Amino acid sequence: MTADNATMPPEAPPREGRARPPGGHRLKARVERAGRTVTVSLEGRYTFDDAPALWSRLRRIVWLGRRGRAVRFDLSGLESLDGGTAALLAHADSELRQRRVETSFEGASERVERLLGLYREDRVTHPRQKARPPSAIEELGRATAAFFAGAKDVFGFFGEMVLSTLGLLKEPRTGNWADVPRLAERAGADAVPVVALINFLVGFVMAYQSAAPLRQYGANLFVADLVALSVTKELGPLMTAILLCGRSGAAFAAELGTMRVSEELDALRTMGFGPVRFLVLPRAAALMLAAPALTLVADAAGIAGGLFVGVTSLDLSAGAYLRETRAAISSWSVFSGLLKSVAFALAVTLIACQQGFAASGGAEGVGRRTTSSVVASLFALIVIDAAFTVAFQALRLS
Amino acid sequence: MVRVRGLAIGWGEVTLLRDVSFDVRRGDVFAVLGGSGCGKSTLLRNVIGLEEPQAGEVDVGGRGRPNLAVGRPAFGVMFQAGALFGSMTVVENVALPLRQWSDLPEPAVMAVARATLGLVGLKGAEAKYPSEISGGMKKRAAIARALVLEPELIFLDEPSAGLDPVSADALDELILALNAGLGLTVVLVTHELPSIFKIVKRCIMLDKEAKGVIAEGDPRELRDESDDPRVRRFFHRKADEGGAS
Repeated sequence: MTADNATMPPEAPPREGRARPPGGHRLKARVERAGRTVTVSLEGRYTFDDAPALWSRLRRIVWLGRRGRAVRFDLSGLESLDGGTAALLAHADSELRQRRVETSFEGASERVERLLGLYREDRVTHPRQKARPPSAIEELGRATAAFFAGAKDVFGFFGEMVLSTLGLLKEPRTGNWADVPRLAERAGADAVPVVALINFLVGFVMAYQSAAPLRQYGANLFVADLVALSVTKELGPLMTAILLCGRSGAAFAAELGTMRVSEELDALRTMGFGPVRFLVLPRAAALMLAAPALTLVADAAGIAGGLFVGVTSLDLSAGAYLRETRAAISSWSVFSGLLKSVAFALAVTLIACQQGFAASGGAEGVGRRTTSSVVASLFALIVIDAAFTVAFQALRLS
Repeated sequence: MVRVRGLAIGWGEVTLLRDVSFDVRRGDVFAVLGGSGCGKSTLLRNVIGLEEPQAGEVDVGGRGRPNLAVGRPAFGVMFQAGALFGSMTVVENVALPLRQWSDLPEPAVMAVARATLGLVGLKGAEAKYPSEISGGMKKRAAIARALVLEPELIFLDEPSAGLDPVSADALDELILALNAGLGLTVVLVTHELPSIFKIVKRCIMLDKEAKGVIAEGDPRELRDESDDPRVRRFFHRKADEGGAS
């Protein structure tokens, strides 16, 4: 029998400050090779502190394992081991057997044997099948199938919402109207400060950025036109919708997702409530009421931001600025923004609720769907905005 | 009351259960038994119409397979964790189905809801929110919600799971009292042996490996007389009796 320690990595020296093994025993693991048999002798007491050194030694033995070879674990000198080191031994045993290496544990005390028995898999192990990475075509196929499955879910949800709306119109008494004021307050009134502040800053920044080039042409006053038109037709409704998406849309997705995973949606169904009618339509109604009101606040705040810059930096009087604003905007420019805001609110509600209803798998699933709802809603808002712009141009309404 | 024939449950090419058949008679306390992951709750979801089976027939109360989208439900359901709505108080949870399906004025709705909460031993908890009550109380409140429309049949998913022995026993007593006092037919999914022997009159046992029903009858008789090692293992709480299934 020849010692083969030279091929093995040296035992890791104890790190400074690291606790010594209980009892101060010196740990020892000898590896000897005789012919095709490798004997691993473990001596002393093994605790979790010894796991890293044991792990690197066992990895080496497993790496050297070949079909037809044998590894004999001599545990006669092993006084004790804990669960962690027993798990490492059992893991090495399993790996060796998968490589068709014969293994045996010999000389273990009853206590050690019992502990090892808890971790060792006694069933016959089979060679591991290497996971074949999916080909590009396979991945494309899977992604396409997932896309169509997702699209089917969205259209199915939309169809259910249309049917529920028609049902509600036929039987208004069955609507969950009681929730609408509470939801509208949460989505609308509670959002007024943040909507006002953000849009004030938008008007402020826009006026500031446009002031310098307009001043070169002596057209300071036109800052009012620029701010008023941009805010009422585009930025007011869009910024409001983005805030609604982040506040209310995310809240809807998380709330409904949590209800989904805690079986509350199923409970509703078994009580004869359509979850769409009971939960989605009140949210849609609340958001569609709140969005135009918030958009008006946003318009006013944006114009106020521009007015602040006009008065403080452009030597304009408040009266002149407001007169110019009044001349620049028409009732259509305000109304078109409100119209957009209603469509934005509907899109945000639909996407958030659909994502919430599709949640599964606990907190992680709810979080994933909430994130998806925000991303999809933002994308949808931009697409809808573009569609409105093109439609208004085509109808000569802009 | 419930008739199931040749039910097959699965997803795509995966089969969870196949050829499941059983009958629940009026006034029964009937249990679906089996180890974890054998498909008990999924079977329940298929029977009550929450999921679509791959094949087979279900008839609940002589109305065929339940269509949850149409009309007032013919049965009540208690889900494993209660599934109470967190934004409503306990009494509002119980009142919800009454508001939807009865023409009672609001004071009468609240009176019936409070009385039903009293029936399940929750007097005094009416104004609390679900987050403020214990797991056992949540289950009682969920039973009250399932009972408030006076169904003849109630489905309970793991009613005593996760409860301490005293609360579990109290819930068993409640189920027995509802069965005897109201003539309620009870179908429950469980693997709690004390509950099974105390309240269940007839049962079927599902097995994960067999993907179906492996025993049917009185649970006490199955415990004492069955030769099937899988049945004996379950009733005698012995993981290694009779070898692996």
